[in-house]
Amino acid sequence: MSMEFRLGVDIGGTFTDVVLETPEGMTSIKVLTTYAAPENAIIEGMNRVCERAGVPTSAIEQIIHGTTLATNALIERRGAKTALITTQGFRDVIEMRTESRFEQYDLDLVLPDPLLPRQQRLTVLERIDANGDVLIPLDRAEVEALCDQVAEAGYESVAVGLLHSYLNDAHERMIGDVFAQRLPHVALSLSCEVSPQMREYERFNTVAANAYIKPLMKSYLGRLAGRLQEQGAVCPIFLMHSGGGIISLENAAEFPVRLVESGPAGGAVFAAHIAGRHGLDKVLSFDMGGTTAKICLIKNQTPKTARVFEVARTYRFKKGSGMPISIPVIDMVEIGAGGGSLARVDALNQIRVGPESAGSEPGPACYGRGGLKPAVTDGDLVQGKLDPNNFAGGSIQLDQAASEVALKAHIGDALGLDTVEAAFGLTEVVDENMSNAARVHAVENGEDLSEYTMIAFGGAAPLHAARLCEKLGIERCLVPSGAGVGSAIGFLKAPFSFEATRSVFIEFTGFEPVIIAQTLAELREEATTFVRSCDADAPITAEYKVYMRYRGQGWEIPINLTAEQAANPDRATYQALFEADYTQLFGRTVAGLAIEATVWAVNATTPPAPVEAVAPAAADAGNKAEVAPNSSGQRDIFDAGLGRSAAAVVIERDAFMLGHTAPGPAIITEDETTIIVPSSRTASVHSDGCIDLRTKG
Amino acid sequence: MASTVSKQVMWNRLISVVEEQAQALVRTAFSTSVREAGDLSAGVYDAQGRMLAQAVTGTPGHVNAMADAVPHFMRRIGVETMKEGDVYITNDPWEGTGHLHDITVVTPSFRNGVLVGYFACTAHIVDIGGRGFGADANSIYEEGLYIPIMRFADRGEVDQTLMRIIRGNVREPDQLVGDVYALATCNEIGHRRLIEMMDEFVLADLEEVSAFILENSRRATLEKINALEHGIAHGAMIIDGFSKPVDLRVRLEITKDRVLADFDGTSGLDAKGINVPLVYTKAYTCYAIKCAIAPEIPNNAASLAPFEVVAPENSIVHAVHPAPVALRHVIGHMIPDTVYEALDQLLPRRVPAQGAGTLCNFQVSLRPRTDVAAPEGTRRSEVLTFNSGGSGARPSVDGLNATAFPSGVMTMPVEATEHAGPVIVWRKELRPDSGGVGEFRGGLGQFMEVGAQEGHEFDFSAMFDRVDHPALGRVGGGQGGPTTIARSDGSTMQGKGRQFVPHGQRVLLAFPGGGGYGPAHARDSDHVFRDLVRGYISEQSARDDYGLSEDLIQAALDQARLGEPTA
Repeated sequence: MSMEFRLGVDIGGTFTDVVLETPEGMTSIKVLTTYAAPENAIIEGMNRVCERAGVPTSAIEQIIHGTTLATNALIERRGAKTALITTQGFRDVIEMRTESRFEQYDLDLVLPDPLLPRQQRLTVLERIDANGDVLIPLDRAEVEALCDQVAEAGYESVAVGLLHSYLNDAHERMIGDVFAQRLPHVALSLSCEVSPQMREYERFNTVAANAYIKPLMKSYLGRLAGRLQEQGAVCPIFLMHSGGGIISLENAAEFPVRLVESGPAGGAVFAAHIAGRHGLDKVLSFDMGGTTAKICLIKNQTPKTARVFEVARTYRFKKGSGMPISIPVIDMVEIGAGGGSLARVDALNQIRVGPESAGSEPGPACYGRGGLKPAVTDGDLVQGKLDPNNFAGGSIQLDQAASEVALKAHIGDALGLDTVEAAFGLTEVVDENMSNAARVHAVENGEDLSEYTMIAFGGAAPLHAARLCEKLGIERCLVPSGAGVGSAIGFLKAPFSFEATRSVFIEFTGFEPVIIAQTLAELREEATTFVRSCDADAPITAEYKVYMRYRGQGWEIPINLTAEQAANPDRATYQALFEADYTQLFGRTVAGLAIEATVWAVNATTPPAPVEAVAPAAADAGNKAEVAPNSSGQRDIFDAGLGRSAAAVVIERDAFMLGHTAPGPAIITEDETTIIVPSSRTASVHSDGCIDLRTKG
Repeated sequence: MASTVSKQVMWNRLISVVEEQAQALVRTAFSTSVREAGDLSAGVYDAQGRMLAQAVTGTPGHVNAMADAVPHFMRRIGVETMKEGDVYITNDPWEGTGHLHDITVVTPSFRNGVLVGYFACTAHIVDIGGRGFGADANSIYEEGLYIPIMRFADRGEVDQTLMRIIRGNVREPDQLVGDVYALATCNEIGHRRLIEMMDEFVLADLEEVSAFILENSRRATLEKINALEHGIAHGAMIIDGFSKPVDLRVRLEITKDRVLADFDGTSGLDAKGINVPLVYTKAYTCYAIKCAIAPEIPNNAASLAPFEVVAPENSIVHAVHPAPVALRHVIGHMIPDTVYEALDQLLPRRVPAQGAGTLCNFQVSLRPRTDVAAPEGTRRSEVLTFNSGGSGARPSVDGLNATAFPSGVMTMPVEATEHAGPVIVWRKELRPDSGGVGEFRGGLGQFMEVGAQEGHEFDFSAMFDRVDHPALGRVGGGQGGPTTIARSDGSTMQGKGRQFVPHGQRVLLAFPGGGGYGPAHARDSDHVFRDLVRGYISEQSARDDYGLSEDLIQAALDQARLGEPTA
């Protein structure tokens, strides 16, 4: 695929980012998201970016789109009128959740409402057991009667989730057939197709979510395609999915739940691309915006993926307070820590930061729009890390006195700290929160972060990245150019890909190579077909994965298989692979226990975007490098490593050229963000514009 | 100054470390009770054995037990004999967490050859031998294998004699051995993180950070206590018990710097295994009070210290060796409701009505049918499930449907349960009309129906309460629906104890609802309407209990049929 003009579009909560890639380079623009008709912002952004680049819209050959619309529809409950059809006796699975409280000490805890209220959950008499055998056959006449009920009630969408359907999908398919025949206008989602994995709460919830947003997303995608055509962009449109690849518009409309978190997934792909450019095999991507921070591990230029995640957390981002969605997804931790996160002192005289956020209205105290509580941005400002006269390219004048009042009132007075100390305490706590999240995530994956390089992007990340590196023992951090529209750039770097998964239990005492080889071949076929529908010619590679555990455990670990191992399964090889990974994760194997495999996955993908390697010049250029000219004077910043304020030179990013170095403390400014170089680090710049922060010495 | 901020950072770090420790346990454990239900705990201690942080993941029943456990290990093992690579183990109900089914593992943490602290963790395992998990034992000796505080690993070498004894005495040896390794692994992960933190902050020991954590926690807890009106109140609740009903009584006294809960007057020991070691009584008493007055203060040695819990020896809430205690949770889970009967008088409109309390757990022991020749492929299996009734209504919001309180455990997915053994769960859904009526309605209980795969029969070990003593409402609220249990052929079953279920029969269960809060006539009619649309209440209850008009009843039923959402 050698296209010259491609457009990447990311609809976020506040801004819609549009990036046009041309043979001459990239042009990007941010426009405000238009909630009522999100396609309007895309059209505006496309026209403006094309105008700026001097390219007609008709020249665009491909559009890659990612959006928070699916996520927002789930969070704001703006989906279609949807029915869930489930096994008799299990009507309340999505409401009963795990029967537990995610916050144990809150007596007034309220659980989130299920996506579909009880009156929208219908049952049929049928039962399949844990071997996939039919205990009670499904009566077609009962399904037909249900059709009439669904028609009378005027449901727009139907989800089907039956017990053990990941083992035997016959009953779900029968319901699907009857509905497709009798009610062809009603959107249909089967759990055996959307998420064929064990654990009914996750699977039913996932199919319900898919059904709930299907009509909305289908209509939006249809409208978008039409509007783009009107504007002369008659090219194919593809969608970014949560697993970090792209799929066709038609597949996206069929499985819209796979679009959830596509924006952050684009960010991870962006970081992976930068990692490829710089030849980095172990990267921690750190994306910090206004309300949340996202952290992701990227090994061998591939973001780590997972099978389940939680969307729409309702209680302080607390684990368990959202709804689980089991789809292939880039494995990220997202915590409530951003520039707008608010700080307070609790009963223990501890500073707490977030997840409550000041948002953009009223915003941090320094915005002067009525915010009275100190936010992370206020802490950064008072420590000298931001220039009050040059924030967001000078578009917002910051009021440092307001920050100081807020810090004093809410932190300083309570703890007996002066204003700068209070500001440091605030940012130190939020930096520690993010570091802890990164640490836990690394431990869960058996990784040692001191071997990693950080790639930081998003408006607030470069202010905090170096401090996180100090805390995590990371020696090197890259801040790429275009960091402000990283996700949209990531879309343009993503391959076509689709991951097919299935639960098939194989006990290793009765290892069944034929079934394994057949399962993997079928999954490869399924995944490849999806990818082939996007690109008729590109070579497609299949990545094979099996999830294994000791028999009796509940959590599987993913094991990568080669094509050869997938085609000719061998028990001893699989066991050795499992034991090696288990040891890496948990220190030791458990002697004498049987092993089993539970879930099989094949990801079909086109080759990743070609990478132009960047010469590793910055590191050894040390002695001949020229210290950057002091382009904008200097100001004092609070340096956490030194434990005191220190004078820092201020350098404009545009004036910071190849061969320059800036020993910390230094501040590198640009319109979209500010890069803090603490006393422990020295900054240099690469030929691709990446700023490189390394430990001194 | 920097040191205050860095001590705050270290405190946060330790809380994060014990969370990691707990997550590692969930991911490596074998018993469904640990990996699916989260019946576990993890904590970090200073060199003096004082608990500095405890994972939020886990269940309150281990709260004080964990805080007390490490000093027992220090005394029994002898600190001077501890070596790097050692791992210690016990399931002593009185020095661990209340019954033989909880295995506690403690690991000393060494840095540069110096003992700097400890990690401890606890997990509820599915079987420990004996009669099997249930209420039927007459003494601790029948309840399973007892492991006194001892070395599991000596300088890294696992004690193979101990492992052989364990393997020879339990029904699911692979599972149990796997769980013991998982416990040791999770302490190891905590240890590694602690050492990294000490390296980063260049600490020789934990003394200073320990003092900071404990002093702040103590001060904050005392501030909360001293903000309350001083006073004394009595609470009482009668529940089913096993051999005979149990009278739980507590006297709560709030004074300067102290809250005292005295269980004098509570019934004596039961003949069967529902008795409670004091450590478990303390855990649920502290938990109940902390929820009401100091929910945000994390658990550690200092934040727990101001809560004093006493009970007469050989009362059912202070059982001593060799009383049977396997199902100590059945009584223990009722302690918060008892405490709230008293606390409501001192702190009006703060605490909920009575709820289901005790988890609605049961264990199924399956085997090939014995009445005729069993078919090929049938097998023996132990399956434990955790389930919940409804919680009590709160002063300004309804109770939670089918959600555990006070326990912190989760239910297991039915699909996972059915993979664990040849059991079939035919039904698991909400139980309409089981929430006590009131201005705020009690949480709904649930229905379950349980049988076995073709060719199997089973023993059903029931662990239920609130059969004869449903949850009472508060301030005029109605009582929740009681527990019911029966066989599908109509024969009756008991709320507690092991009972045979022949081939082809099922057990029909209805778990209790929570009590209501405030009078039913004060309930917002929109909420009554919504409840009827959702089927939380029946037409009859809407009419008789809440006085919903015939027009609105008809409208609600139409809305339910058409799947219309409510406001």
